[in-house]
Amino acid sequence: MLTRRTALLTGLALPALHRTGFAADPIKIGMTQPLTGSVAASGNYVANGAKIAVDVLNRAGGVLGAPIQLVLEDNKSNPREAVAAAEKLVLRDRVPVMIGAWSSTFTLSIMPKLLEYKVPMVVETSSAARITTSGNPYVFRIAPTSEMEAVAFAEQLAKFSPAIRKIDFLSVNNDFGRGATEKFTAALQAKGIGIGRTETMTPEATDLSAQITALKQSDGDTVFLTTGVEQQTLALRQGVEQRLGKRWVTTGGSFPDALLANPLPAGNTSYHILFYAPWFPERAPYPAIAKAYTDEWNKHGWEFAGLTEGFRGYDAVLTVVEAIKLAGRAESEAIREALWKVKLQGVNGDIAFMKEGPAGRESGQNKPNVAIVTLSEGKTGLL
Amino acid sequence: MDQALQHLVNGTVLGGTYALLGIGLTLIFGVMRVVNFTHGELYTFGAYMTYALVSLLQLDFFLSLLLATLLGVALGAAIEVLLLRPLRGADIDSVMLAMIGAALVLQNAAMWAWGGVAKLVPTPFGGTPLVLGPVSVMPLRLFVLGVACALLLGFWLLLERTRAGIAMRATFQDSETASLMGVRVGWVSTATFAIGSGLAAAAGALLGPVFMVSPTMGDLVGLKAFAIVILGGLGNLPGAVIGGFALGYVEEFGGGFVSTEYRDAFGFLLIILVLAIRPQGLVALKERVG
Repeated sequence: MLTRRTALLTGLALPALHRTGFAADPIKIGMTQPLTGSVAASGNYVANGAKIAVDVLNRAGGVLGAPIQLVLEDNKSNPREAVAAAEKLVLRDRVPVMIGAWSSTFTLSIMPKLLEYKVPMVVETSSAARITTSGNPYVFRIAPTSEMEAVAFAEQLAKFSPAIRKIDFLSVNNDFGRGATEKFTAALQAKGIGIGRTETMTPEATDLSAQITALKQSDGDTVFLTTGVEQQTLALRQGVEQRLGKRWVTTGGSFPDALLANPLPAGNTSYHILFYAPWFPERAPYPAIAKAYTDEWNKHGWEFAGLTEGFRGYDAVLTVVEAIKLAGRAESEAIREALWKVKLQGVNGDIAFMKEGPAGRESGQNKPNVAIVTLSEGKTGLL
Repeated sequence: MDQALQHLVNGTVLGGTYALLGIGLTLIFGVMRVVNFTHGELYTFGAYMTYALVSLLQLDFFLSLLLATLLGVALGAAIEVLLLRPLRGADIDSVMLAMIGAALVLQNAAMWAWGGVAKLVPTPFGGTPLVLGPVSVMPLRLFVLGVACALLLGFWLLLERTRAGIAMRATFQDSETASLMGVRVGWVSTATFAIGSGLAAAAGALLGPVFMVSPTMGDLVGLKAFAIVILGGLGNLPGAVIGGFALGYVEEFGGGFVSTEYRDAFGFLLIILVLAIRPQGLVALKERVG
């Protein structure tokens, strides 16, 4: 007899069955991002990118006849929480593969756990060189290292007018900021550029007046800014307040999107090293893929500028799912081996891993593309 | 010299806001002997209320600041009535645990309501700085400093020149004797917690538009507020003002002339020095505790 309760439960279950159309249990992909805390903007953008990739792939039939399930954990912009999130994903959710963890500091803190539990992780953002050179065979990074970013930037120096002659740094005081300072110093010094002051800030700092006043004392013409979206916005605004009068270049692929709606006064142009420029999808290596990603994002009504970082999550999910497909089963060791065989077209361009690190314990490193976007009076351009 | 002048201006602006933060916390401790761990969250609440009123409801910026502060007063009163009043007479550990719990609830509520992504609050002040010789400062920051000073002055007048202020000071000095003299100590506690919370919300409402508004913005601020109060002397009102400016100047000059890497460390180094030389704080008199 059909009771009211049975009817209600059936009614609740039907839409879910209709939506997935899968008989098999879902294949889980773990992801940890900073969804709250000092770099939450970036983490949420990356997570959104991953969610839409899962939606797109599930609509196309999932993988190995099963739906894909993204299990997302907040690392709260904190390395200790990142470790806890990774352990929860592996031990409680039993994910065979992970994506994470935005900042180099969070990723580095998780890496020993990957070795301990033998679970591979696709690193979608972190740029510190140590991530792929320390001998962790469970790490596969699709994001560029700071060195790749610096070298790619150095190749475009001629595009700047007036020319860059001497640089200063304002960097967040962690692996991300220190790594970028070191690699940009090396790459630009090799091109004959002078190096001035280096000022640092804690990830939580909001008042950067002391740092900017100190930078003002340098005769450098350009400041390289390495930090998350929030501090990028604060630094650019406080630079105007202190009449810094230097060119800003942000590194790491983040974009201070709040300055689109609340622009800096006229005459302030900033430069942003990005890995996807959503304002110009036609200039992406694979415009059709970039457009599909951009359209899917816009369907959700999310902030447009979040596309600059959302693609990291999107490409990371495409990479993991391709590896699961190549592996033929959702098991950690099989996925790890299959990641070496991945050859994929993503929003940023081709994704394939080359070996880095000590022989026998190599990590995978992709070679992504880099774009320099200008921001002036709330309008973007491509350098 | 130009650099020193700029640091002096920056330190003064920063110190004014720190003083505002410290005074609400020290007032609550002085009158109620309650360590208010929700101080940072009330600061966050004030900032989000300003964001909601200005950006979502499109209200006037200045009216929004006032409303955000009043909402902070109301939230503070609610916390006192619902949480602290039932715990009156309980040991200090129970009250501290309850306040830590309330702080966690408030922070997670902010995350749930607003999401983790930081927001910018639009203001009627232009983005161009005022230039005064070798130094420059944003009109918004000067406005914040002016309002902070006005609030400090208004608060001082309230304490020194009104019956409510006399009742608060009497409770501050000796609550039992104040009660015997006819002061309604329960009412004073609610009013004190509400005013202290309102000052924290006012600080958030003022500083949210200067920086950015996020659910965890109160973490560092709460820590700094405690540092300021310890520096000036627990429960000492002039001490909180002096502690606020001292911390602002030390951070600014230490960061600018020694190393920005240790900017926050300079503030805490000052606290260690003060505690070593004057454990009761810069201004407070020695007091037997326990």
